[in-house]
Amino acid sequence: MARLGEAVGGFDRTVALAGNPNTGKSTLFNALTGLRQHTGNWPGKTVTRAEGAFQFTNVRYKLVDLPGTYSLLSASQDEEVARNFLLFGRPDCTVVVVDASALERNLYLVLQVLEITDRVVVAANLMDEARRRGLEVDTRSLARDLGVPVVPIVARTGENMMALLTDVAGVASGELTTTPLRSRGTPEFERAVSRLVPLIESAAPGVPNARWIAIRLLDGDAAVEEALATGQLAELVARQQAPDLRFSRKIALQGAQ
Amino acid sequence: MSEPVAASPSDIVREAAVLRRSLQAGFREEVVTSLYGEVERITRRAVRDRAAGPLALDQRIDRIVTSRALGLPLMLAVLAVVFWLTIVGANVPSQMLATVFFWFENVAANTFERLGAPWWVTGFVWHGVYRGLAWVVSVMLPPMAIFFPLFTILEDFGYLPRVAFNMDFLFKKAGAHGKQALSMAMGFGCNAAGVIATRVIDSPRERLVAILTNNFVPCNGRFPTLIMLATVFVAAAFPPAVASLVAAGSVVAIVLIGVVFTLVVSWVLSRTILKGEASAFTLELPPYRRPGILRILYTSLIDRTLFVLWRAMMTAAPAGAVIWLLGNIYVGGASLATHVANGLNPLGWAIGLDGVILLAYIIAIPANEIVVPTMLMVYTAEGMMTDMQGFDQLRSLLIGQHGWTLLTAVNLMLFSLLHNPCATTIVTIYKETLSVKWATIGAVMPLVLAFIVTFATAAMARAFLGF
Repeated sequence: MARLGEAVGGFDRTVALAGNPNTGKSTLFNALTGLRQHTGNWPGKTVTRAEGAFQFTNVRYKLVDLPGTYSLLSASQDEEVARNFLLFGRPDCTVVVVDASALERNLYLVLQVLEITDRVVVAANLMDEARRRGLEVDTRSLARDLGVPVVPIVARTGENMMALLTDVAGVASGELTTTPLRSRGTPEFERAVSRLVPLIESAAPGVPNARWIAIRLLDGDAAVEEALATGQLAELVARQQAPDLRFSRKIALQGAQ
Repeated sequence: MSEPVAASPSDIVREAAVLRRSLQAGFREEVVTSLYGEVERITRRAVRDRAAGPLALDQRIDRIVTSRALGLPLMLAVLAVVFWLTIVGANVPSQMLATVFFWFENVAANTFERLGAPWWVTGFVWHGVYRGLAWVVSVMLPPMAIFFPLFTILEDFGYLPRVAFNMDFLFKKAGAHGKQALSMAMGFGCNAAGVIATRVIDSPRERLVAILTNNFVPCNGRFPTLIMLATVFVAAAFPPAVASLVAAGSVVAIVLIGVVFTLVVSWVLSRTILKGEASAFTLELPPYRRPGILRILYTSLIDRTLFVLWRAMMTAAPAGAVIWLLGNIYVGGASLATHVANGLNPLGWAIGLDGVILLAYIIAIPANEIVVPTMLMVYTAEGMMTDMQGFDQLRSLLIGQHGWTLLTAVNLMLFSLLHNPCATTIVTIYKETLSVKWATIGAVMPLVLAFIVTFATAAMARAFLGF
């Protein structure tokens, strides 16, 4: 593995780091890219999207560090940054970083991410803290239940990074297939969704996650209705490929990140 | 089955509404309930709990740190200790840097003269640009190199969310969001960063309140000003034994005044142009974690201190040049600097300052860091202060030759705390709100407040204390 810092040009695949606030996404980001994204022991430290790169078995990866979020339905600006990238940024693999010592609360986001993509690896971080609290986390049982790889790690010390990267590489390339746990709705609900999906795809060609949009429309989500009506959806998708424009590295260095 | 191939967005929304009505009410609740059940089952299978519960030590610390009676006093004590360490630690290195830099200025200027360089080249380069840089480095570097690591240790330890917890009831009363304490804490580093940090606040109204009031937290650019004034003027009025305590105490007092203004302005905003109640939120108190010392030294010294210093130097160099020009271009027997300063004098007097200080604030709009250096350079450029040798001499010169009093120092601290944010912060407010209106309010409101407050203190000091 080679850390490539900020050299995100010419990458082969994109990997996103998602997870609840203060689970160690930025610490993992730093460990993998060699960058020094500011970290802090409080939820909400990262409010913008940061990008870095690393190389693993001759493949170059762009790594995107996202603000923490409890849910894909959240409304605050930082959580929206995370949600928009997960939905519309087309990452080849999404690593959901969970706090192993608070697993139950972290799993809601995992299940929500599994709803929208197959390409997921769960990184059970803070295993050292879990151990210290006397918690035993069986990641194999988790992997079996969730249907995606689950790797126990300690991002701060770099413990088990190679195992994590091996699974990320497998999922990103498609060599490792997953069978994510999904709760299906009632047959009528599924029929309604499958009626809307082709309509959405025709109105906004190339938009990822039409299924998610369909479900939001059925829920009567005004923000999604507006995004669709004003054509912001296409713009939103395009914006995910460019760096966060409002983000100034200078300001980040002075304390935002 | 033939479906229309291309649907317009409004068709889709209408179609979704029709489908929604055809579905059973509460279809989503079912899905959500099953999700919760699923999560619980998965967790039960994967986690074995041998000891149970959060860490006992953490809970014991939290019982003290977040207690009703001790939470806020402890917070003040922590703040006071941080400032005291900064002031005591920075004093000697600052003086040493100033001595070395100004000794070098004389040596270099003399060498230029001996080599036959024209007087204006020597003046512009050494007494202008170089002197600006020298002031900024000696005044700013030592306090930042101490304050930033200390602050980052607190941040890594997990203290910030506890601060937010302790202050929540105050923000709630002011109609503001409790997470505003977090963006304020980021404002200590940089107000532009503090403005961006308000993204964690989900209500747009409360986020705007937090953005507009972030300026009342003195940023790293203003801290050196406050620390210097507290050390050189306020503390000097006390016996040396307690001087550093008084200096730290007056910086804490200024920060508290900033917090009071934050709360009062938030309260007013919540009842006028940003009407509304404070919304509820949850904030996790993370476990206390041992700070990584090497990483802290790197982020706080290389990323923050040197970066901020670099930015200050980039603005100080041209400012030094401008001041030198203003001080050396003579019109009608007096320099431009004197003309402008004289013009600003009545306004400056009214708020307990003087024309030179106001001129310095105008020149320092790009970056608040350089206010004090700029001010000193304008005094010097007027030809009355040469051969700076240390802070003691600085005090006697300002008091003896420029009529400074305790009122000048106190009002300068207040003005520095309250006045408009720097250009970077104003631009950041615009970028975050995408509104010229809010950026303008964010710039003008503090400035107006600063004038009102300093005018009031000056008038009262003159009326009752005989200044």
